[in-house]
Amino acid sequence: MPVLSYVAIPRSGAKNELLKVLNSMEYCEAFPADNEDILVLVTDTPDKNTDKELHAQLENLPTLESLSMTFGYNDEQPLGEGDGYEGQ
Amino acid sequence: MKVNRRSFIKSAAATSAMATAASLFPGVSFAGWKKLEGASGMISWQKAPCRFCGTGCGVLVGVSGDRAVAVKGDPNCSVNKGLCCIKGYHSVQALYGKDRLTKAKVRKNGKMVTVPIKEALDVIAAKIKETIDKHGKDSVAMYGSGQWTIPDGYVASKLFKGCLGTNNVEANARLCMASAVTGFMTSFGIDEPMGCYEDIEHADVMVTWGNNMAEMHPVLFSRMLASRKRKKDVTIIDLATRTTRSSQASDKSILFIPNTDLAIANAICYEIIRNGWVNKSFIKNHTTFHKGKTNIGYGTEDHFSFKDKPEDISFQDYKNFLKDYTPEKVEKISGVSARDIKYLASLYGDPTKKVTSFWCMGMNQHVRGTWINNLVYNIHLLTGKISTPGNSPFSLTGQPSACGTVREVGTLTHKLPYGVVMKQKAREKAEKIWDLPAGSIDPKPTYHTVEMFRALDRGDIRFMWIQVTNPMVTMPNLNRYRNGALREDRFVVVSDVYPTPTTDIADVILPAAMWIEQEGMYGNSERRTQHFDEIVPPPGEAMSDTWQIIEVARRLGFKKQFPWSKDDYIGPLWEEYRRFHDNPKHNMASYKVLKARSGVQWPFVNGKETRWRFNPKYDPACKKGSKFDFYGKKDGKAWIWARPYEPAAESPDQEYNFWLCTGRVIEHWHTGSMTRRVPILHEAMPESYVEINPEDAMDLGVVNGEKVKIVSRRGTVTMKASINGRGVPPRGTVFVPFFDESYLINEVTLDAFCPISKQADYKKCAVRLEKV
Ligand code: SF4
Repeated sequence: MPVLSYVAIPRSGAKNELLKVLNSMEYCEAFPADNEDILVLVTDTPDKNTDKELHAQLENLPTLESLSMTFGYNDEQPLGEGDGYEGQ
Repeated sequence: MKVNRRSFIKSAAATSAMATAASLFPGVSFAGWKKLEGASGMISWQKAPCRFCGTGCGVLVGVSGDRAVAVKGDPNCSVNKGLCCIKGYHSVQALYGKDRLTKAKVRKNGKMVTVPIKEALDVIAAKIKETIDKHGKDSVAMYGSGQWTIPDGYVASKLFKGCLGTNNVEANARLCMASAVTGFMTSFGIDEPMGCYEDIEHADVMVTWGNNMAEMHPVLFSRMLASRKRKKDVTIIDLATRTTRSSQASDKSILFIPNTDLAIANAICYEIIRNGWVNKSFIKNHTTFHKGKTNIGYGTEDHFSFKDKPEDISFQDYKNFLKDYTPEKVEKISGVSARDIKYLASLYGDPTKKVTSFWCMGMNQHVRGTWINNLVYNIHLLTGKISTPGNSPFSLTGQPSACGTVREVGTLTHKLPYGVVMKQKAREKAEKIWDLPAGSIDPKPTYHTVEMFRALDRGDIRFMWIQVTNPMVTMPNLNRYRNGALREDRFVVVSDVYPTPTTDIADVILPAAMWIEQEGMYGNSERRTQHFDEIVPPPGEAMSDTWQIIEVARRLGFKKQFPWSKDDYIGPLWEEYRRFHDNPKHNMASYKVLKARSGVQWPFVNGKETRWRFNPKYDPACKKGSKFDFYGKKDGKAWIWARPYEPAAESPDQEYNFWLCTGRVIEHWHTGSMTRRVPILHEAMPESYVEINPEDAMDLGVVNGEKVKIVSRRGTVTMKASINGRGVPPRGTVFVPFFDESYLINEVTLDAFCPISKQADYKKCAVRLEKV
């Protein structure tokens, strides 16, 4: 069940449109910066394959200029050391 | 539970993205974040200062059950106003590395054996007693840190200086802040900055002196950039020895040859006087002029000693002294064009501009660290740009409590919580508060840090207890000090949270509670004391460093001095400590006030914090009727010093033809013992490297990522080259971050120090490079 987060940079002038599109997509939750043309996107998919498909969809969005991953979590796999969640 | 846990993870994921966004777009804000936060009903949030740098950001730690699971910036903390850097956001993950030390270990027949912590504490107490009986009180030592909480440092000082009567107490802040202290003491007669972080929003010009704030104090740098964006006419100048992220974001980057900042500061003063930009009434009423000894040495030999001899001089004498520092002459010494020097002088000299200077290790880890602090104060004093909002010479700290624990509690060989051991009045005050017989405290300081490790090597010290620091990575000229610590008949106790190269040399290892696993206080760079509760329990038998010391003190027979109960010791201990500072120049807030607020600045007088010291408008300790009162000096006047340029202890020559500078990176904190256990930080910066100028790399035939051997007169290290990476040094200089224990760059560095502050210079030594 992967949870990933990204900094999303929209194409020029397309911040609001991108926000709308992202929030209408399944497994996505996005929120905008108030003072910069960027968004934060959190995705929460049921399995790796769905995540892969979603990622492909995101890459094809015409309003999206770039997507940088900042956090990755997947509880299908054992967790690494020091991730702060082991044992919960 | 599953749903809630998922919400926590999503919160953490969103926080992480915002942290990254903040490093890409300093000052960015996300009001929409609240929506997601609402989904995580199981998290309770509690305030604490960040564990890492001396900026002292307030954080809110999200707790689920017994576990810290998330971090966000504390909007009530004026330091960071809700922001954090990438280290802060991921700080709680540093609590949960797989190899946390949770049990005590004692060396038995050459092997480290796990024992109950009580047994380890018995062994320590017995060893201290045995060592003192055999070799005298000055054969035992405590080496702590600017990451000690204030209570940790306080009980260490009380036990060693008060009860045992030895001044063998030092802390690693000697290696990071001592020049700032001696700079303040010699210029103002009292320690710690006159200004506060609010200066950032008031200043028109900010000059960073050898200080890569974009990586080392990122939240403050974000505030600088945000202020520039808001006010438009703000200028940021980066004056440094290599090009960094700070240079790129500044309006102007000026590079100088190492150690020549001394000459540049003097040239700025020369220009200020030549152009008539001196604030004459300020100079007349609030300053006096002085000179000290010159050619003062570098401390590379054992038992080095130095005492300055200040002499009064006139303004005319000072002017004559500056004749050697015309911009044209200094251009030749420093590599900075006369034009740029004049430009800098014009910024400082312009009466319509408020100017703040920031510095940290670049000026403090300097063989003339005290002098360069004095010289930057000179610029602010000549122009009267000091102690008013936006006009601040500001020495930042690197550790969360270098100010709170080391400078204020006085965990250095010559210091007490109030005053110095050499002063009878200060000793008497301590003996009274500590309920000790008169004469318990020795009036003679013993060893400063470098000399303390030399004494361990020589055998003058036989027992050393090291807490919350990792000297087997950080001591300069490390080979000598590691060999010294490993000698026969030396006994080393190490209290820490993870295994490190320092626990490797220990005879006893004590598992320590980390950060929010204990109650405590830190004190940040701007005189702000920050309380935190025990938010989550420590693992296994881990125990706060404070309580470890109390346990040993009681075993040594000092129950009367350490009477507190384990359930309630921080409050009473704080109230006892506060008595040392019971005066308007340093009054501290009560325990109750500290507990309630996200940090309180001292002097805290009649319920009010002091933002700017020495200015009667803000500082109640000032004499009424005067415009400024530098009350650290008897006559209320600050000292302007004639201090010359002198070269570094070791400069490049034919055989060793590069300067080596060491430092940090944004992802890792100090030796990386905590941050390297946070996966996201470790992955972002997995190993150390050597930054080489692209032309030098071409001459060497080295490409990015290829291995290079760095060789000095003391040691070697082989690591990957970074060319045109995050930082770019000028030709003839290399830079190496010290966070990675797999590449011990301090085996290469030199243990030269400022003769006045005794702070080592990690920024300058000579090396050569070999392609591997
Ligand atoms: S700037 Fe320093 S205090 Fe603030 S979050 Fe980062 S490491 Fe912590």
